Amino acid sequence: MQVPAPFEYERATSVDHAIELLGRLGASARLIAGGHSLLPMMKLRLVTVDYLIDINDLRRELAYIRVEPDPARPRSAGSRTGRRRTAGARTARSDSGDEAESTEDGVIPDGVIRIGALTRHRELLESEILRRTCPIFSEAERVIADPLVRNRGTIGGALCQADPSEDLTAVCTTLDASCVIRGPGGERVVSMAEFYRGPYETAVGPDEMLIEIRIPLRPGGSSAYEKVGRRAGDWAIVSCGAAVWLADGVITDARVGLAAVGPNTTGIPAVAQALRGQAPSEELFAQAGAIAAQYCSPVTDQRGHAEYKRHLAAELTRRTLRRAVARASGDDLLADDPQAPSGASRD
Amino acid sequence: MTATERLHAGPEHAGQTIGAHHRNGHRPEGHGPGDRVHDEPADPRPIGHGRMPRKEDARFLRGRGRFLDDIALPGLLHLAILRSPLAHARIVRIDTTAAQAHPKVKLVVTGEMLANLPGLAAPPRASDKPTTPHDGRNLAWMPTLADDVQAVLATDKVRYQGQEVAFVVATDRYAARDALELIDVEYEPLPPVVDPRAALDPDAPVIRDDLVAAGKPGPPNHCFDWEAGDKAAVDAVFARNDVVTVRQEMVYPRVHPTPLETCGAVADFDPIEQTLTVWCTTQAPHAHRTLYAALTGLPEHRIRVISPDIGGGFGNKVPIYPGYICAMVASWMLGRPVKWIEDRYENLVSTAFARDYHMTGEIAATRDGRILAVRATVLADHGAFNAVAVPSRYPAGFFGGVFTGSYDIGAAYCHVTAVYTNKAPGGVAYACSFRITEAVYLIERLVDCLAAELNLDPVELRRRNLLRAEQFPYRTATGWTYDSGDYAATLQEALRLADYDALRREQAQRRARGELMGIGVSFFTEAVGAGPRRHMDIKGLGMADAASLVVHPHGGAELRVSCQTQGQGHETTFAQIVAEELGISPEDIRVVHGDTERTPYGLGTYGSRSTAVSGAAAALAARRIRETARQIAAAMLEVSPDDLRWTKGAFHVAGDESSAVTIGEIARFAYGPDLPAHLESGLRAELAYDPPALTNPYGCYICVVDIDPGTAVVRVRRFIAVDDCGTRINPMIVEGQVHRGLTDGIGMALMQMIAFDELGNCLAGSLMDYLLPSALEVPDFETAATVTPSPHHPLGAKGIGESATVGSPPAIVNAVVDALRPFGVRHIDMPLTPSRVWAAMTEAAARPAAPPA
Amino acid sequence: MSMWVTVTINGERVRRDVEPRLLLVHFLRDELGLTGTHWGCDTSNCGACAVWLDGEPVKSCTVLTVMADGHEVRTVEGLEAGGELDVVQRAFLACHGVQCGFCTPGMLMTARALLDRNPDPSEAEIREAISGQVCRCTGYASIVRAIRWAAAEERRNRTATSEGGQ
Repeated sequence: MQVPAPFEYERATSVDHAIELLGRLGASARLIAGGHSLLPMMKLRLVTVDYLIDINDLRRELAYIRVEPDPARPRSAGSRTGRRRTAGARTARSDSGDEAESTEDGVIPDGVIRIGALTRHRELLESEILRRTCPIFSEAERVIADPLVRNRGTIGGALCQADPSEDLTAVCTTLDASCVIRGPGGERVVSMAEFYRGPYETAVGPDEMLIEIRIPLRPGGSSAYEKVGRRAGDWAIVSCGAAVWLADGVITDARVGLAAVGPNTTGIPAVAQALRGQAPSEELFAQAGAIAAQYCSPVTDQRGHAEYKRHLAAELTRRTLRRAVARASGDDLLADDPQAPSGASRD
Repeated sequence: MTATERLHAGPEHAGQTIGAHHRNGHRPEGHGPGDRVHDEPADPRPIGHGRMPRKEDARFLRGRGRFLDDIALPGLLHLAILRSPLAHARIVRIDTTAAQAHPKVKLVVTGEMLANLPGLAAPPRASDKPTTPHDGRNLAWMPTLADDVQAVLATDKVRYQGQEVAFVVATDRYAARDALELIDVEYEPLPPVVDPRAALDPDAPVIRDDLVAAGKPGPPNHCFDWEAGDKAAVDAVFARNDVVTVRQEMVYPRVHPTPLETCGAVADFDPIEQTLTVWCTTQAPHAHRTLYAALTGLPEHRIRVISPDIGGGFGNKVPIYPGYICAMVASWMLGRPVKWIEDRYENLVSTAFARDYHMTGEIAATRDGRILAVRATVLADHGAFNAVAVPSRYPAGFFGGVFTGSYDIGAAYCHVTAVYTNKAPGGVAYACSFRITEAVYLIERLVDCLAAELNLDPVELRRRNLLRAEQFPYRTATGWTYDSGDYAATLQEALRLADYDALRREQAQRRARGELMGIGVSFFTEAVGAGPRRHMDIKGLGMADAASLVVHPHGGAELRVSCQTQGQGHETTFAQIVAEELGISPEDIRVVHGDTERTPYGLGTYGSRSTAVSGAAAALAARRIRETARQIAAAMLEVSPDDLRWTKGAFHVAGDESSAVTIGEIARFAYGPDLPAHLESGLRAELAYDPPALTNPYGCYICVVDIDPGTAVVRVRRFIAVDDCGTRINPMIVEGQVHRGLTDGIGMALMQMIAFDELGNCLAGSLMDYLLPSALEVPDFETAATVTPSPHHPLGAKGIGESATVGSPPAIVNAVVDALRPFGVRHIDMPLTPSRVWAAMTEAAARPAAPPA
Repeated sequence: MSMWVTVTINGERVRRDVEPRLLLVHFLRDELGLTGTHWGCDTSNCGACAVWLDGEPVKSCTVLTVMADGHEVRTVEGLEAGGELDVVQRAFLACHGVQCGFCTPGMLMTARALLDRNPDPSEAEIREAISGQVCRCTGYASIVRAIRWAAAEERRNRTATSEGGQ
């Protein structure tokens, strides 16, 4: 069995302690949370680590999923759907035990979801808040790795690993997420486009730590995710996330994020441009798919041919847009998750 | 069909059909989850054949299995192997100084050092020149199971990526792994041969310069040629102008059995007694002992081979691997036990792969669908050394005997050309029944291609050509004999379970809506239970297996067998065989296996031979004991033996059932003072069973798939499997074997390949890239059985272990091709990944002659 | 470097001096002799190493022993109680969920965790729960049936108890 080379081990007791350790121990020090990105690399000796800083004890600070008003954004006077969250809504415990704002059924509030970087995949999968506001998360989590890995791996670990086939990067890009990075000098917030710099490279500096992911919430939106792999739990051949916002039957905004189609998970602004102001239709989804296929740069590898991946980019863009639109329209019939475990075949 | 009672051996149950199927979400009223829906009553404690839970489960359920890596001995050291990163390279220099200086390292060994070791029966000789395998015995080289040699540690060159170059022994496994990085090897890269089709090119790089130097004639990378059948007769058929011919190239890609437990050995050389004990993940402990004796120079009586619990074999654990020899050498050099257990990379990259047959199949038939001839040309990629595990007279395995399949085909010819390439050695593994997987795939794909050409339903075409019951025993066009079969009944049962006509109607409806549903059929015939020793030997060891049975004074029994379970449940099924013959409860019969010191001689478990050969030996040994028991009972009851009648477990005087003596009473008497003078004390029998012939299990499989038209992802919706393995000793275990094989088929058909790049780098060195089906890729299987006993087997049993691995891949490929019929797809090579399926759909649609969707 | 860790294994506190790089699976097997937990790959794919960490099934080949310091681990050896097999173990016996036995400990731990959270899982939910663990012998059908058998058995026991039955 492959085993890591020797290293020294420290346990961080707080975020600031972790940052202090990173600064003191230098470039060959790495943070470890779930470990399911880093440890396999260390076992295969593809990465050398002299100091490992265990941040699992920081879960008490950094494992949460919360909906909050976004202080940076003005409170809207009322959405065009005619529904809005009332101020001062109750706080309730979510399934993961974190504090959460409760939401009325079907209402996407105006605000921000804040996800601690040490939130585990399983918690994201089981979160009621995310299921209601950002179904893309539960759809993606269901096809990330497997249940045992999801019990340990964290969103922070996944994003910081920055594998070009990694699904949560595509999810966060689709949702126009921001990443909160803390360093010795304080905190800074960067967009996903700034955060993800290329394969295995992020904006997090050697003495910094990702501590939170923020998802902006706007009324009238929903999202979806779909992945094609050779087998359950496989890295994606292609996977795609889509988010749309509707008002008066027209798309006000749309975002698409693809994984495994090139060195960068791309947000494809051209898709948003093509969809804004348009009424949803199959022709429109096909147009968006064609744009997505055009803008990605897949390579032929063991998972599939570049041509096939390009085709998948188009196909999955169509499907996720279709589903996201159906959800945003409140059309439950079409909004079923096709990848949910089901005993019966889906006609 | 109606319920049947517990099966007994014998022809009176021939032709019975047992329906036992489980439909996803279609359980009948009154059945709860987990209940079996089948017709046989479940008897938890049959005295003999029948469904019963396994006796060996307790230790596995409680985490007390004893697998190779669980073995801990005082002073145990750990061995790690340094492997070549290059597929083809000259070794310029190896510097082990830094590794030797590691504080936890006890020993570092290179090929050069092994080359100076003639064996383990004498001290190492001093020499400054490494020897070749052809200079006389030395431990840098070892014979393979085929007629070739293989390097234990490379001396002159490395010939595949992952080949063994050196080893270290350290006090713990982590230090051993660290020390590998301290060995410095300088290589001079050489161009590799990766594409087998280029291996025989005049300018191809030479891989086996060792053979060339020893005088091997012909193209350097040529391994052997093999043919079977009547070429002229076949050519004559194909030349006729009133036949339809179909030609199809098809590749059975290189795949790997990948048991969950990797291969390994613990070697313990005792320098005082000069004995060697080897715990080894071997499916054939006695054969290994004989081969280790030849290799080391130690006689068999000073070698003990122990197979502990084995975590899956599937043919991967038949060969002798260099790692085993390294462990023995290390223990001999250090006088301490040494463990080697490979990691998954080593297992995938260097141990026995399977298949890699590049085939061209041709089939000729009359216009109304009577198949007249089949012709096959095969290019076989054997890797860098020929190490196939096959009987010595069959270098291409049994391919040539069975590639006419389940059909009455008058003329057949095949030609196999085997070549060397810069890849790991192997070829016969993964439940292939000695290349029958390849043969069945060929004929079943050809039949479907022919059906498409003739515009006939593939079931109908098979009906017109399947062997008829009255034709058995049937002699094939290449001279092999199939022992028994009622193919029509098995086909009928499969069609009934699947509701085939309804499936075709459903398909038509879905096609009209643009959906892609496929139905694939496979009707396979196996040839297993190798085999008659005058025809079949491995390395000069005839394939007869022995069994030794004793009944103790208290009436319990011990059966010792030479075969080696790796999960097949022998501790239960073999007890059931004896129970059936003697009427002793299986709970009171202990089955001993896996230790050359405690079991009689035999060739082990692979090729579905355990029940066929060792099972026969066990049954016949039990019958011998029963005959002795008759003699003893006659003495006890003071009657003639001819006046006694046997009902399972006891003899009684004909006409007087109250006069019975039980087998337990007879056993007690057998060890006592009142035994008649002409009888030997005790109650035991040992015999070696030399099979008169192979057995021929067969079956009909139907696979239903749905393909997503947008993503080309294939989903297996249903898999119906009707198997006929003759007498079924434990139907529960039989079903489990079938489930495994069907899963193998899904893996191979949809996702598995050991692939290489143009430099010979193996691209499947981990389970991230070599994909194994999970529970989400397989349906709940629907299995049933027909029973056509083997006429020559004492129990009428034929063996089942590999049937489903043999029969399932063509069923799935046939189903996918069937689904893509609207696109005009004729064939797609495995694995049918979404990318390949999509390519087939789009390429076929782009062809001008493609029929409308 | 080595450091002292205290891990609670099957209810018992164990204290050892280990290298930080020692994988939990090796700690259990080689240091503590609990060889019921197996390993079968290099890349966290096969799940033969599944154990409970703080009550949740994880792949112990991808956990460092030092990360388990101060935490609770449960292995297959801890499933039985006083020599009595757990219901999931009896289920695998009854339904032929075991062939070679190598994947069995991991499957049992996942099965037990599943039924603790979801007493009546569907077939699809069971397949999902074990989708991170490879079996090369059973084709999963018998394992799925075993887990459903166990669920039914536990329901029967609960009903009997709540009805004041034996």
